[in-house]
Amino acid sequence: MTVFIIRRLMQSALVLFVMSLIVFFGVYAIGDPIEIFISPEADQMERERAKIALGLDKPVVEQYFAFLMAAIRGDLGRSFVFNIPSITLILQRMPATLELALSALALGVFLGLPLGMYAGYRPHSVAAKAIMAISILGFSLPTFWVGLMLIMVFAVNLGWLPSTGRGETGTFLGITSSLFTIDGLRHLAMPALNLALFKISLIIRLARAGMRENMLMDYVKFARAKGLPMRRVVFVHIFKNILIPIVTVIGLELGSTIAFAVVTESIFAWPGMGKLIIDSIQRLDRPVIVAYLCIIVFMFIIINLLVDILYSVLDPRVRLSEAKS
Amino acid sequence: MFFRILRAVALLGVVGCAGLVPADGRGAAAQDLVIGLQGSITSLDPHFQALGPNNNVAAHLFDRLVHQDEKQRLIPGLATEWKSLDELTWEFRLRRGVKFHDGSEFDAQDVIASYKRVPWVPNSPSSFTGFVRPIVESIIVDAHTLRFKTSVPVPLLPVMLSAVNIVNRKAVEAPTADFNSGKAAIGTGPFRFVEFVANDRVVLLRNDQYWGIRPSWNKVMLKLIPNNAARTAALLAGDVQMIEAVPSADLPRLRANKDLALHRITSSRVIYLAFDQARDQTPFVTDKAGALLPNNPLKDPRVRMAISKAINRQGIVERVFEGDAIAAGGLLPEGAFGASLQLRPEALDQDGARKLLAQAGYPNGFAMTIHGPSDRYPNDERVLQAIGPMLVRVGIDTKVETRPWATYASTASSPSYAYSVMLFGWGSNTGEVSDSLRALLATPNRDKGMGASNRGRYSNPRFDQILDRALGTIDDQLRVGHLLDASELAIGENGIVPLYYQVNTWATRRELSYAARQDEQSLAHFVRPLR
Repeated sequence: MTVFIIRRLMQSALVLFVMSLIVFFGVYAIGDPIEIFISPEADQMERERAKIALGLDKPVVEQYFAFLMAAIRGDLGRSFVFNIPSITLILQRMPATLELALSALALGVFLGLPLGMYAGYRPHSVAAKAIMAISILGFSLPTFWVGLMLIMVFAVNLGWLPSTGRGETGTFLGITSSLFTIDGLRHLAMPALNLALFKISLIIRLARAGMRENMLMDYVKFARAKGLPMRRVVFVHIFKNILIPIVTVIGLELGSTIAFAVVTESIFAWPGMGKLIIDSIQRLDRPVIVAYLCIIVFMFIIINLLVDILYSVLDPRVRLSEAKS
Repeated sequence: MFFRILRAVALLGVVGCAGLVPADGRGAAAQDLVIGLQGSITSLDPHFQALGPNNNVAAHLFDRLVHQDEKQRLIPGLATEWKSLDELTWEFRLRRGVKFHDGSEFDAQDVIASYKRVPWVPNSPSSFTGFVRPIVESIIVDAHTLRFKTSVPVPLLPVMLSAVNIVNRKAVEAPTADFNSGKAAIGTGPFRFVEFVANDRVVLLRNDQYWGIRPSWNKVMLKLIPNNAARTAALLAGDVQMIEAVPSADLPRLRANKDLALHRITSSRVIYLAFDQARDQTPFVTDKAGALLPNNPLKDPRVRMAISKAINRQGIVERVFEGDAIAAGGLLPEGAFGASLQLRPEALDQDGARKLLAQAGYPNGFAMTIHGPSDRYPNDERVLQAIGPMLVRVGIDTKVETRPWATYASTASSPSYAYSVMLFGWGSNTGEVSDSLRALLATPNRDKGMGASNRGRYSNPRFDQILDRALGTIDDQLRVGHLLDASELAIGENGIVPLYYQVNTWATRRELSYAARQDEQSLAHFVRPLR
């Protein structure tokens, strides 16, 4: 297992290097960032000054080399427009995104799994059909539309929840998060639900399919024949079996939620990282784009690693030392 | 039995959410004001980046020597009066008894320190250096009298200094980070710093010792809500009491809402078409078969005039903007310094346009592609899509291509100049016309700082000469005459074709008033409760 993890991490270093190369030159090819963030009034002298101040006057290969040297020392450069180290900038926004992503995921699991299992257990009941119909909506309605509808209903018409932003933060066990205050939770409720909707639907479908498939398996019949109560069969034996595909999907979904919750973040003005990357791309703020993608790629690598490890826990037949990664 | 448990677990989530519903969701204390802003604030350092949203926040914390009122006319700020002693000297008398938020007294030393800091700020992506560059020597006559020497006559010095915020002399070498943390964000402005959460909000408290009119609000929160629909929703939900940059699509709905009031003013931002007039063959103008034309028709003033005549400006204003724009004929709306009354919006005249094209040697027209941004100005893409068919009607087969600002702006400008006909906007920060003429129409010249945004490279030596004379004339009466001559010459030749002025719109709760500002700023100290 240790060998497996070490091999994985070495591969990830290579992936990071190639990615930084592509992104760096890709962003360079888009255009001259000075034109984007300089004041329109600036004259030619001021434009040249800004170029030199930000090191953009040098040939691109030289710029990349300087970036690489600094990156090896752990410095991914300063944001052009914020003049803050890109890593700091991204980490500042990470708690907001993490709490949003984790709440959405928790909603997905705690609502999706029981609903899906129920729909799979009683596929012909009215409730099951209703659940499946709702899950289709959850799949197909665009996030921005649902977000706006949530705002219209719960914030504008009913006035129950605040329409925008992140609420107060509280500190618990050394972690500062808006999960620990009532105001914070009220702000979190709608964006989390909005983000979770797709996940809930996805997990409902996976759980239902798994449930239906497993119900017909021999081991279920055997367990029943042995006299185990249905409750135990479903919650212990079937549950373990349907969890394997769900864990994979949750892992991937967690990654993409953290990295690309852009739509929800902008509709609810949530000060997270997804918003940052879009703004940075629009401003051609290259240090932030590169640093962000490095962090995200690294995160995906770690999540995939954890998923693989979790597999071996859930399914004893999986051996990590054999797994080709 | 167990499926009941499943159902119970599923229900639990729903019930849990209901627990979050508050007893009273709306309304804040009467002394508080929350404003929803569109732009993204990159720093609280007032000298870091010359950028609208940053200037907007800085205006709450800091003062300038000279302020601009809602119509961008100059009014006293930290200087009570100013005059030019001779061609090369400006004298400013400073306000007495002004205190910084930390209690220290404001005087001439702070001004000198601030202007010294401007070019120093490290890694500035867009600095204010241009505004203080003309000053070659600063003389402190006494603690409240300052003289600035320039190497050439600079009539606009007071206007330029109205862009530069005055910080405390102690902050002369404070890094940008100290302003963001609040440590150095100590000004003389109407509000003092409480909190800055990047990408989210700025919280301010009233400065009770402010020298100007006392703000009505004890606590002000500037909330960043860049998404248009979300900003409107936040106002409707009562989470903010005021929003800026109301999207024109939401106007009919907001107008109908009796709990809200709209505050509007014609902006000093003009949207215009620029034409490649430098190259003999321009990349996006072809004959109707698609072959590049041997010479560039856009160089011919008659062709540019024909294009101007073919555009139905009033139609764009009414259909695309729901009336929330003003057809433009000049660079600045009526009433601004140097805005010519001669320059009326060109009326739609398709026959006239066809005639002009025939005179210029294109009786059957030609084909071209026009370019513009898709995410920069309100409705930019829709405006271009409206212009395309208008030009087709007079015989110019027009295709429209829009790009994200990030790629468009950098390819349209020096050195690539990738396009033939371009849509751009120009907001005047000075509120007078010389700034626009100098940037958009003067022949590009790096050493003199001329024509930095002249992407079509219109060039007329006579225009340059008149403008030069205007820029060196201290006397306002004489200068305005030169400026009118210059604008009428360049716009008369359609060096650029102005389309419309934007309208700046704010929406507030009905019980608030706001003096809508030409410069797009949302200033909490000018928001007043109606009594």
